[in-house]
Amino acid sequence: MSSLSNLPPRRLGRAAAPLGWLGPAIALIGFAVLWPVYEMFRISFQHYSPDGFLLGSAGFRNYTKLFQDPNFGPIMLRSLLWVGAVVGLTMLVSLGVAQLFNQRFPGRRVARWALIAPWAASVMMTAIIFRWMLDPNTGALNLLLRDLGLLSKLGTSQADWLGRPDAAFAWMIAVAVFVSVPFSTYTILAGLQTVPAEVYEAAEIDGASPSRTYLAVTLPLLRPAILVATLINVMNVFNSFPIIWEMTRGGPGYETNTSTVYMFNLKQNFIGQSASMSVVNFAVIVAMVLVFLRVSNWKKEVA
Amino acid sequence: MAATSAPAPAAARTAAAAAARTGRPRARRNPPRPRTMIIAAAAYVVALIFLLPYVEMALTALRPPRELLDAGYLPRHYAWSNFSSLWSTGIGSNLRVSLTVAGGATALVLLVATPAAYYTARRRFRGRTAFLLLVLVTQMFQPTALVVGIFGQFNQLGMIDDPTALILVNAGFNMAFAIWILNAYFGAIPRELEEAALVDGCTRLGAMFRVIIPLALPGIVTALIFTFIAAWNEFIVALTLTSTPANEPLTVGLNNFIGAYSVDWQHLFAGSVIATIPVIVLFALIERKVVSGLTAGSVK
Repeated sequence: MSSLSNLPPRRLGRAAAPLGWLGPAIALIGFAVLWPVYEMFRISFQHYSPDGFLLGSAGFRNYTKLFQDPNFGPIMLRSLLWVGAVVGLTMLVSLGVAQLFNQRFPGRRVARWALIAPWAASVMMTAIIFRWMLDPNTGALNLLLRDLGLLSKLGTSQADWLGRPDAAFAWMIAVAVFVSVPFSTYTILAGLQTVPAEVYEAAEIDGASPSRTYLAVTLPLLRPAILVATLINVMNVFNSFPIIWEMTRGGPGYETNTSTVYMFNLKQNFIGQSASMSVVNFAVIVAMVLVFLRVSNWKKEVA
Repeated sequence: MAATSAPAPAAARTAAAAAARTGRPRARRNPPRPRTMIIAAAAYVVALIFLLPYVEMALTALRPPRELLDAGYLPRHYAWSNFSSLWSTGIGSNLRVSLTVAGGATALVLLVATPAAYYTARRRFRGRTAFLLLVLVTQMFQPTALVVGIFGQFNQLGMIDDPTALILVNAGFNMAFAIWILNAYFGAIPRELEEAALVDGCTRLGAMFRVIIPLALPGIVTALIFTFIAAWNEFIVALTLTSTPANEPLTVGLNNFIGAYSVDWQHLFAGSVIATIPVIVLFALIERKVVSGLTAGSVK
């Protein structure tokens, strides 16, 4: 304050000039992003009745209740499994799809466009389609599995996938992979464009086999693209809500809740505990942001 | 370039003709080789897998209600009337809310992000890095994690069921993408062009509107479409901040077709088709530029 007021008027004007340009953006971030962060912390220390009346301060009771909740441990483990499985499978599939779509073949552009659909469409609607296609009696996916004879091989004639927690969770992982692959594939395709053709020619001259070339040349050069796609996917998948919400609501019981879905389920009746769950999720996200900032060279990029 | 590294397939003839016209050397005309055909077939299968759920969505939207319980891949009759009867379910007001929220958020983002992106692209000043870091961090935060706080905030402000609340939240969380894309476009425009306009008697603002904005138009269109789609598809905040069906955007409103005992599948998917097709077409227009905006600040 004092250092600013000591400045001669012209220099003060210069120091304040960016505010005219950046001010609205900063104000919007403050209002829409930072205020909710503050609110979330505030609510997590308050005691609300199930129908939403404020009963006073709760101290740390919302947190202790959450940590003693028998669902909490399994839900955190399941969230870890969810993120690990979805992101791992997404990256594996995307590496393959990107490699395929990087080849030259007639109709490549149209084929790439098809990949856009799950990326552009609302995830909530995609989740509902899969719920419909998995309908035990009429779902197209079930018809397909039956016609291929897979249903009986899987040892079940009754295909109520979403009614059984393990099967439901596996299908939801598949749907999450389905909606994450397009972005990851496009990012890897962008990475493949940056690999100069000369390195492939050099590898060919050296007599490297295609698989050897891929492992020793392509993959290392794709490292930045793989890294950034992985990190963005981790963030998105951890925050993923509509897939589980639309397909099982986290049920049966709490057996397909992730921490994000659990936060929402708690919100209906236990907003204080929901806020403390939210703070835990937020801490995980902040940790991921810090990792992201460490491994990316954002400073060089914005300079 | 990769153009010469792989054998040219069926399009070789036209491509070779084009190459002849532009005078670029071109590989010999080859008939499609088996390898190319296998690759193409595999790629079409993959493409089909990613499209089929949306085809199923459209097919179900066209199923007559009495065929919904039939176990068959295709409907036996096509009920286009599902789309006309959809309007009597009150979906029109949901569509209007979606348009208001997505349109409002897009306008607000452009209004706020354009000056910020322009200034950070053109000037080096104290606090620039801090500002860009703030933008990068907000890009990584998603409203999902903060939804309890968002609810508390707008509950206090008395803005539950108010589309303005949805406009503000969507704009706040999607502004970062617009800033990155616009920053890249503004940064690529040579200063000399702007200075020339100033010498010719343009004001700073005049130069911005006559020189900078037209040149950055592809970036502006990308930011515009991306923000619109993101706000159009947003679900959890709308689910949290609305409480009456007429004030819900499509993503939430469509869920009202899912009842406790039965689901109005044909209308649910007719509404989904209406909500999805425009968005896929819009997205196809900006497809190539989206990756750079989403991964800004990290790869290079």
